[in-house]
Amino acid sequence: MKYSYFPGCSLKGLGRAYEESLLPVMKHLGVELVELDDWNCCGATAYMSVDETKAAVLAARNLAIAEKAGPRDLMAPCSACYLVLNKTKHNIADFPEINAAVQRALGNAKLTYSGNVPVRHPLDILVNDVGLDVIKEKVVRPLKGLKVAPYYGCQTVRPYATFDDAWNPTTMDRLLATAGAEVVHFPLKTKCCGGSLTGTVPEAGLRLTYILLKEAVRRGADVIATACPLCQFNLDAYQDQISRRWGPARIATVYFTQLMGLAFGLSPEQLGLKRNFVPMKPLQAEPVTA
Amino acid sequence: MMRIERRIKYEGDRVRGFAKEIMSVSGCEQLQSCIQCGTCSGTCPLSIYMDFSPRQVVALVRADFKNEVLRSHTVWLCASCYACTVECPRQIRITDIMYALKQRAIQDGIYPKRFPIAVLAKEFYEMVRRKGRITETLLVMRLFLKTNWGAALGSWRLGLGMIRTGRFGLRPEHIERRAELAAMLATADNGDGKPKERQ
Amino acid sequence: MNTNHKNGKVRIGFYVCHCGHNIAGMVDCPAVAQYIAKLPGVVVSRDYKYMCSDPGQELIQQDIREHQLNRVVVASCSPLLHEHTFRNAVTAGGLNPFYFQMVNIREHDSWVHTDREEATAKAKSLAHAAICRVRFHRALETTRVPIHPDVLVVGGGITGIHAALTLGNAGKKVFLVERDPSIGGHMAQFDKTFPTLDCAACILTPKMSAVRSHENITLWSYSEVVKVSGYVGNYTVTVKRKPRYVNEDLCVGCLECIQACIFKEGKFPDEFNVGLSKRKPIYIPFPQAVPPVVVIDPDRCLQVRTGKCKKTCLEACADRKAIDFTQKEELVEIKVGNIIVATGFKLFDAKRIPQYGYGLYPNVVTAIELERLVNSSGPTAGEIVLRDGRPPKSVGMILCVGSRDMKTNRWCSRTCCMHSMKLAQLVREHTEADVTVFYMDIRAPGKGCEEFYDKSLKEGIQFVRGRVAEVTDWALAPEEEGKLVIRVEDTLAGFVRRIPVDMIVLATGMEPQADAQDVRRLFNMSCGTEGWFLEKHPKLAPVSTFTDGVFIAGCCQGPKDIPDSIAQAGAAAAEAMALIDKGHIEQEPNTAYIVEADCSGCKSCIPLCPYTAIAFDEAKQKAQINEALCKGCGTCVASCPSGSIRQNLFEDEEIFSEIEGVLAYV
Repeated sequence: MKYSYFPGCSLKGLGRAYEESLLPVMKHLGVELVELDDWNCCGATAYMSVDETKAAVLAARNLAIAEKAGPRDLMAPCSACYLVLNKTKHNIADFPEINAAVQRALGNAKLTYSGNVPVRHPLDILVNDVGLDVIKEKVVRPLKGLKVAPYYGCQTVRPYATFDDAWNPTTMDRLLATAGAEVVHFPLKTKCCGGSLTGTVPEAGLRLTYILLKEAVRRGADVIATACPLCQFNLDAYQDQISRRWGPARIATVYFTQLMGLAFGLSPEQLGLKRNFVPMKPLQAEPVTA
Repeated sequence: MMRIERRIKYEGDRVRGFAKEIMSVSGCEQLQSCIQCGTCSGTCPLSIYMDFSPRQVVALVRADFKNEVLRSHTVWLCASCYACTVECPRQIRITDIMYALKQRAIQDGIYPKRFPIAVLAKEFYEMVRRKGRITETLLVMRLFLKTNWGAALGSWRLGLGMIRTGRFGLRPEHIERRAELAAMLATADNGDGKPKERQ
Repeated sequence: MNTNHKNGKVRIGFYVCHCGHNIAGMVDCPAVAQYIAKLPGVVVSRDYKYMCSDPGQELIQQDIREHQLNRVVVASCSPLLHEHTFRNAVTAGGLNPFYFQMVNIREHDSWVHTDREEATAKAKSLAHAAICRVRFHRALETTRVPIHPDVLVVGGGITGIHAALTLGNAGKKVFLVERDPSIGGHMAQFDKTFPTLDCAACILTPKMSAVRSHENITLWSYSEVVKVSGYVGNYTVTVKRKPRYVNEDLCVGCLECIQACIFKEGKFPDEFNVGLSKRKPIYIPFPQAVPPVVVIDPDRCLQVRTGKCKKTCLEACADRKAIDFTQKEELVEIKVGNIIVATGFKLFDAKRIPQYGYGLYPNVVTAIELERLVNSSGPTAGEIVLRDGRPPKSVGMILCVGSRDMKTNRWCSRTCCMHSMKLAQLVREHTEADVTVFYMDIRAPGKGCEEFYDKSLKEGIQFVRGRVAEVTDWALAPEEEGKLVIRVEDTLAGFVRRIPVDMIVLATGMEPQADAQDVRRLFNMSCGTEGWFLEKHPKLAPVSTFTDGVFIAGCCQGPKDIPDSIAQAGAAAAEAMALIDKGHIEQEPNTAYIVEADCSGCKSCIPLCPYTAIAFDEAKQKAQINEALCKGCGTCVASCPSGSIRQNLFEDEEIFSEIEGVLAYV
């Protein structure tokens, strides 16, 4: 299995632990990832706030490069990138004026786009392409006794909830259960963490993060598993500020790929777990061979 | 001393054609079907901080109250979580309407000069235009420089934490074929990198 | 009947109507009459102010007699309006009505022109066309189709019951077929009905009882219609009578067998109590069931499934011997003239909106579940309690669940505002809990309904205008611990609220029955885009369908309350009665016919007929058209490769001459 891979700016920056854990996990499963040649920023929410046409053009460059790279699906692990690339695909297909602008722009760069590269999320690829059975076989160190709150964030499942339900998604839950963890019932699994507002309007943004942390602790989770670099940063890096404002809520947040890596027997260092502000408690039992 | 304010809106306060303009943005036509049910505000995690709730914003847009809408901080507080879009019983793409309003507010320069969210959007835009990619730490530093020195200094703990965990990258990320990207973006603007003027 | 040929030639009378100002305002009527007068065969050519009036009709009749006319053409309004009038006038004058042709120079000409010259020119050419055509008209007879006097009513809810009683009381023989073991439908499950707060059972059971004892009504419960063939006045219907394993004539409803069943306690979800209680495999749907006969569930009864059971029920019924495990499914064929379909609705599945937590949080219930709780013969004997048995101190009622929502159902279910307010009043009465109703709009249009809304307000029921975004079980404030929290924008007050309650009631909307598409095909009806059975005209013919002799009534046609359902039931019964009492219907002879000699037996016409009016005669190897079913659409006529299918009133020479007439003027 081979996919084009779009890391996005965050996975090279604040979210590097996501890439650090995603790549070995995929390799372990025999999934080959080919990083997209000279990919550019997807634009996230900020570009759309300034100019709609340019935002489409920006994202479309990546889609065109992906088409050129070969008839492979494109994996976009960062939720914002996943959303923006899919949104751009929809916009180009549904709105002729955007399509016209994009084709004109691509022409200027001698690129083409015909809309046949699906943009997929790693959760989708792991559950639907690789399959839970295959993953189960690779689990040598089940995460027994580890209570995990699965947190999807908003942009993984909304508004294009193609591979999972928008209100109650279960792909991550099932993946974590396959890795042997005890998945805690976490009704806030798709509630917004605050996004970029945690930095710009902290009294609003951080409070959303606080609510998530508090409820995860209340539900008895040991750790929160997430699929988005901004969510991970928000949940991980601001716990001091949050405690000062509203009260303590201390719980580690890791990427689901890091948990999967641990279940596969990979080492915490390999998986970038040292990059957490709030460290995850080490797992209990010794590695058990399958 | 009780401060009283007189609030009445006259026809002259409406900017005729504003509703049509927003509805002409791709995907925003459905806003005409809004029945003001309030589901969007009910599900929006940020609505409790907004001066006008998302529902009120839709009503104001429909009634052509451009200035009231663009001067509110509602559009800037939208976190693009899409909960409203997914829940709306009339399938109105409220998040896209918020984006359209953000675009117009930036174009018309209607927002407080040091308002961090708008500044972030513009800085992001600039960095991508020039480099093709974002270096998050550099972006945040530029944001603090332009808006709030105090916050920058107050975040020293956060900065230390980022250094400690090896997430504090200072090397600017960029793409190789910047000219290619510039050529593409140029087709969508007047060539000066500024957002295209609306007809 | 007089064809009065003078020398075998046609003698045409032409009349152009002014229609007051409607036609004369744009068309120069005298000029048209003068133009037509010059055409060959035209004996009389007049213009007159109101042809449809008595003097106008008299004029035609007089001219037929005096001038021995054998063809009449009137240029006036739409045939849909007055073709019938003029055909009658022609008949009264002694001429076959199908020697008459009508020309529309109002809707098709005067009303769509702004230039007088152009309008007059068009009128002339249209009239000329009609003059050419009418030569070729032949005398035709309307056919009479007799109407069988019996009626089939499908569906034993309040609508079907009322229709059956109305027809039965009028002396007609009615077959009432209901697929559940008892009649009564949804209304039997209600506690009180709005706006009067009458007890539903008290007003329904007398009618159910009347059905059972009515000499003209044959009640077949636990039965389904499986095949319908025929046409208006002559339907042959096959009804499948499902085996109860209990003999209806012998069972007296003592319920000893249920007591005796080897299942000591109920184990299977009770349908009547919408799963809130359990029943045994042998059961009676509810105490006032009609027929008051026990039924055995074949999927759950050990004896029926495995043949190995002590059959304690048989022992209990030793003296009456009503239980009979040898019963088999029976197919019965009946002949009826009319069918009334009153199959009702089903409720929206609240699980489709996970945001409201139905199925996830135990104290989220639907309105029908609350009805059963409130009802004194329900699973809790009328005590409104939470799942753990405590009475609720606060209740939130969420309206428009699965209604007015483009993601689920777009329509308004019409009754939920009222029944929610009713339930709110009953909850206050039974428990004194705080009740808050969350709405987008309060729709209370019926008689006494606005007053009911005021009564609700006066009783202290809180109303919050805001569509509930979500129901959660996580607390942000101390008073929310352990409760269900509703997050909603109170749009009237202008802020977002979090409201903790003990119990949430979802006003789930109405939907067409799950098998609506199968049922409509069975009866040759259509469904609208939303899935409800399609009426012939939304305003003028709400209980008729496009298939003559098949009527619809009640919620299967669209969501409505009990008064409207009964009104439609009566309307459908009246429509059926009109056909039955007349005894026959006259079919317009614009039907297709096959010239047998030319038919090659290729069968290409048969599958094309939208009314399944063409059959194949195997013996003769020729196609045959059933005139009674034929609607004269012309599809088969156009398709026939050998040209052996023709159509009355649309013969080739008639159409071609009409074209020549138009072109002649142009």
